[in-house]
Amino acid sequence: MNKNKNTKKNMKLLGRFLKGSRFLFLMTVLAAGVMALADMINPQIIRITIDNCLGGKEYTGSAFARQLAEHFGGFAYLGQHLWIMAAAILVVSAFKVLCQYLFRVCNTKAAETLVKTMRDSLFSHIERLPFAWHGQNRTGDIIQRCTSDIDTMKNFVSEQLTQIFRIVILLVLSLFFMLSMNPLLTLIAFIPVPFIIGYSLRFHKKIGEGFLDADENEGKLSAMAQENLTGVRVVRAFGRERYELDRFSEQNEYYTSLWVRLGRIMSRFWSTSDILSGLQLMLVIVFGCVFCVRGKMTSGAYIAFLSYTSMMIWPIRMLGRMISEMSKAGVSIERIAFIMEAEEEKDEPDASEADMHGDIRFEHVSFAFEGSSEVLHDIDFTMPRGTTLGILGGTGSGKSTVIALLDKLYPLPEGCGRITIGGTDLSRIKTAHLRKNIGMVLQEPYLFSRSLKDNLAITNPALTLEEIREAARAACLDDTVMEFTKGYDTFVGERGVTLSGGQKQRAAIARTIAQNAPIMIFDDSLSAVDTETDAKIRKALEARFGSASIILISHRITTLSKADQILVLEKGRIAERGTHDELKAAGGLYQRIYEIQSGQQAEKEAAYGA
Amino acid sequence: MEPKTEDKSSLPFFGIPKLLPYLKGHYRWPILQMVFFGILGSAMDIFQPVLQRFALNHFVSGGTLDVLPWFILIYVTVIVFSAGMNYLNAYLALKIEVSVDRDLRGLAFTHLQTLSFSYFNQNSVGYIHSRVMSDTSRIGVLFSWSIAEGTWQSAYLFGAIIVMLVINARLALLVMLILPLIVLLFSLFQAKLIRVNRQVREINSKITSDFNEGITGAKTIKTLAIEEIMEQDFVKDTSDMRRTATRASRLRGLFASTITMASSMGLAIVLWKGGILAAEDVGTFSLFMSYAQGMMEPVRWIIDCISDLVTTQVNIERLTRLLETRSDVTDTPEVIEKYGDSFEPKKENWEEIRGDIVFDDVSFRYPDGDEMVLEHFNLNIPFGTNLAIVGETGAGKSTLVNLVCRFYEPTEGRVLIDGRDARERSQLWLHSAIGYVLQTPHLFSGTVRENLLYGNPGATEADIQRVLELVSATDVVDHLEKGLDTDVGEGGDLLSTGEKQLLSFARAILTDPKLLVLDEATSSVDTITEQKIQAAIETIIKGRTSIVIAHRLSTVVNADCILVVRNGKIVEQGTHRELLSRGGYYKELFTRQYEDEATRAVLT
Repeated sequence: MNKNKNTKKNMKLLGRFLKGSRFLFLMTVLAAGVMALADMINPQIIRITIDNCLGGKEYTGSAFARQLAEHFGGFAYLGQHLWIMAAAILVVSAFKVLCQYLFRVCNTKAAETLVKTMRDSLFSHIERLPFAWHGQNRTGDIIQRCTSDIDTMKNFVSEQLTQIFRIVILLVLSLFFMLSMNPLLTLIAFIPVPFIIGYSLRFHKKIGEGFLDADENEGKLSAMAQENLTGVRVVRAFGRERYELDRFSEQNEYYTSLWVRLGRIMSRFWSTSDILSGLQLMLVIVFGCVFCVRGKMTSGAYIAFLSYTSMMIWPIRMLGRMISEMSKAGVSIERIAFIMEAEEEKDEPDASEADMHGDIRFEHVSFAFEGSSEVLHDIDFTMPRGTTLGILGGTGSGKSTVIALLDKLYPLPEGCGRITIGGTDLSRIKTAHLRKNIGMVLQEPYLFSRSLKDNLAITNPALTLEEIREAARAACLDDTVMEFTKGYDTFVGERGVTLSGGQKQRAAIARTIAQNAPIMIFDDSLSAVDTETDAKIRKALEARFGSASIILISHRITTLSKADQILVLEKGRIAERGTHDELKAAGGLYQRIYEIQSGQQAEKEAAYGA
Repeated sequence: MEPKTEDKSSLPFFGIPKLLPYLKGHYRWPILQMVFFGILGSAMDIFQPVLQRFALNHFVSGGTLDVLPWFILIYVTVIVFSAGMNYLNAYLALKIEVSVDRDLRGLAFTHLQTLSFSYFNQNSVGYIHSRVMSDTSRIGVLFSWSIAEGTWQSAYLFGAIIVMLVINARLALLVMLILPLIVLLFSLFQAKLIRVNRQVREINSKITSDFNEGITGAKTIKTLAIEEIMEQDFVKDTSDMRRTATRASRLRGLFASTITMASSMGLAIVLWKGGILAAEDVGTFSLFMSYAQGMMEPVRWIIDCISDLVTTQVNIERLTRLLETRSDVTDTPEVIEKYGDSFEPKKENWEEIRGDIVFDDVSFRYPDGDEMVLEHFNLNIPFGTNLAIVGETGAGKSTLVNLVCRFYEPTEGRVLIDGRDARERSQLWLHSAIGYVLQTPHLFSGTVRENLLYGNPGATEADIQRVLELVSATDVVDHLEKGLDTDVGEGGDLLSTGEKQLLSFARAILTDPKLLVLDEATSSVDTITEQKIQAAIETIIKGRTSIVIAHRLSTVVNADCILVVRNGKIVEQGTHRELLSRGGYYKELFTRQYEDEATRAVLT
């Protein structure tokens, strides 16, 4: 019952993906049909040539062919002018070749359109899934669903389905033509067909496990090589080259032996199939001869019959494999559906693009991640517009959660307090609008694999190089970039230069500066750069964004000290709040850290007994 | 990523001669057998139209069934024999394919175990990995299926032409007229097909990395609110893919249609010029029909094989380049003679190691760098010394470690181990005496026990327990579901960073090394684990010569000697007390580190 419902649901998803390619697939099947029909005609031309044009036998076939022959001067005349028959073959072939071309192109175009639709919808969907979803699912697994499962689906529709259609059409048509010539011989010709298909089906079902096993072992071997390479330092330092080699060789040998065994089974299957189809053809030859000798069949018909039989051989042999491979598609669509069914981030229907220049207020906010205990308790503060807020807190203090909530990375559930900007509740503000107006530099900077210029201008591709450089200057990045041979055209990422941690962080800061948002958040991102650069960047920020509201999260007292208001978070609660001057003598956590960081050198040395 | 120019390389004979020495002639005989069976198999396929000709002429035209049983017998024999030959041909091809794969993979892997670290620093793991795994398999296909198909099809083509010539030379020559035309057309297509196929592959990998970026960068994309921009770029790539793939299919379609049309032209020629045979020699007529139609496929296959050769030479070149790379650090033949190599050590000749290290006027430059990072450096590290190296990330703290471990050799000068140049003994001799703990602890997939025993497979259960206790990792193991037999996952991913660190201490100590090299982790762990790690470090460096790339003050402060590294060079040297009173760079580092640690301690 449940399975049925699932299948229905998956078919619906497939239907959605097929939008835009349905017509092309229809064309593909149509072309396949016409192609198969054209295939049927040439043997008939040969048969007529042999039997009627040259053999002088009375024509008994369709009236259409007779009329056509009469039109060209009758069968006897055609026998004298065989080039006309040859030309007929070429005309039919040209027609067939055209259909064959159409079949291929339509099929590919349909398949590629389908793949494009699947990829585009997956990508767009994944981008819009809530952040929590990304945390729950492993990157490698999602990517596999987006790549190899899509390929499986593509093969299912464009190779298996269309080919099966093509084969069935071909079989039906040859059955029809063969029946029209000699029903008894047709029956004989079709006797081996179920055996061939059945044998191949059974074989492919069985060997499927063998392939899986071999694939798994290839994965193991590949992982071994991978581990040996990533762990090369450990291998060498422990002098374990011999052990690694032995282990790899053993797996290498085992994997190879699996394939040798599979190879023996496959070769046996191929040659058994060779024998079966060879016997099929032989049956037709032998019984055909018998019928001819007994005068029940003409030699032309016999040759045509042989043509049809050999035409069927490969399609029949392929059918078993096609059918057995179709089951893979079911698994793949299920895996893709898993992603597509996850719910996207959604705005309330009455959400608006509110003004983001107002005060930021957290009103008694408490928050817990799904299934765990509370990470924020009763967070309550107001941050007037244009001011700077500093947050100090250790790991697990909830500081990152505060800003994640402000950026709606996690929605704040009902009854957990309220967050407002300029008096508008966060849930009434459109998410995209909110995030565009909050420039956030994350603790772990992520740059995209494109040029530095494109990276910095990613929120606004219209920026000029001068504007980009200005942002970079504010982030103390410009000088570094100018040292690169390609300057701002330097490609970042796998295929380009590797930036150091500090450079990446500064690039992320410059990117946020270029975003030019009224609210800016630095999540511990200034601690990756040295104190001097930190100060320079903050100074540049002040000059540039006098009117912006800035949230700084840091361990560094020097970074926090200029803030208009400082919050000290401890275990999800606000433990202290005030300005630097108030807190540095308040006798709390802030004071202790202040003293550590500004304390006399002698004290520090004393702490380590120097 | 490999530079694109590699794709255009052209080696004599497609690079195959470069590869042959590595295969040592093992495959000469199997390949010959494969070719032999292939030719016999195709001979049978050639023979079938001849049998049909007989059937038509003798039975159908002659109106008799007199030798029908004999005919059936011969026909069945031909089918079975042909199937048998094709079985042997296919089986051998597959066996050769996977065996060549196996041998080349093994060779590449073995060679990689001897290459020095400069190779691994200059080439990414992904790049090296695909040399070992994918280049080898492409080459395997070349030596098996390409050759098997090539010979089978050539033999068929050749045989069919001979039979036709013998039976009716005039008609045969007419049919063969199409061949040169086809060959010409196909070769034109082939170059274009290779190019467009490569384009498709490139766009495809671009799309995969787009997905990767869209998923790993999800948080950044959200906070920047650039979903639409990313999506537009993605759609650009998928549109590009559809366009290129469709273009490729047009080419392929044209190619396939040309072949079909050529077959039909052969058929038309037979009908036109040979149709008259149908009256008195219908068997020959049918035979020509079969051959004329069947001749085009082999031509296509042969051209495919040639293009395989062209594309595979890139793989051959890349693989042979790896196999030809020489290590920067090698043992001399005399050393190998006495101490054995990395795979076959002669432990009976190994001297017991004491653990004295001396840097004697060492100058050093990384093979891929152009600046000297050490110049005339002298340092004496007698047995039992605890040496700490401090400095900022990326300052070049690992250089000394690399030299002590002989991962690199000095450009000038000597590193003395127990008073003798390290190069006078084998690498394995030295490595067997070193315990090494990486900054990012690297465990191998397998159980905890397998990982602990990695350096010393002979250790007893009691040894393991003792060492676990020593590094306070007993409860780490106790907390695991299956204790020592718990699987740690790929790269040890199923364990936390702190757990991995403690276990990698245990692994190093289990070998009871005279020399301990320790690269302290910077990553933050919870307070309890942190304390454990600190205690463990203090315990394990006792009684050995230790070199610690230090991030913890406690480790630094207690060291016998501290080296301060800045911008790749050693700027200060001395004990904690000496360095502090000097008031230089060390003092600055110390202050910052102290503040950091103290702040973190207060906050958590």
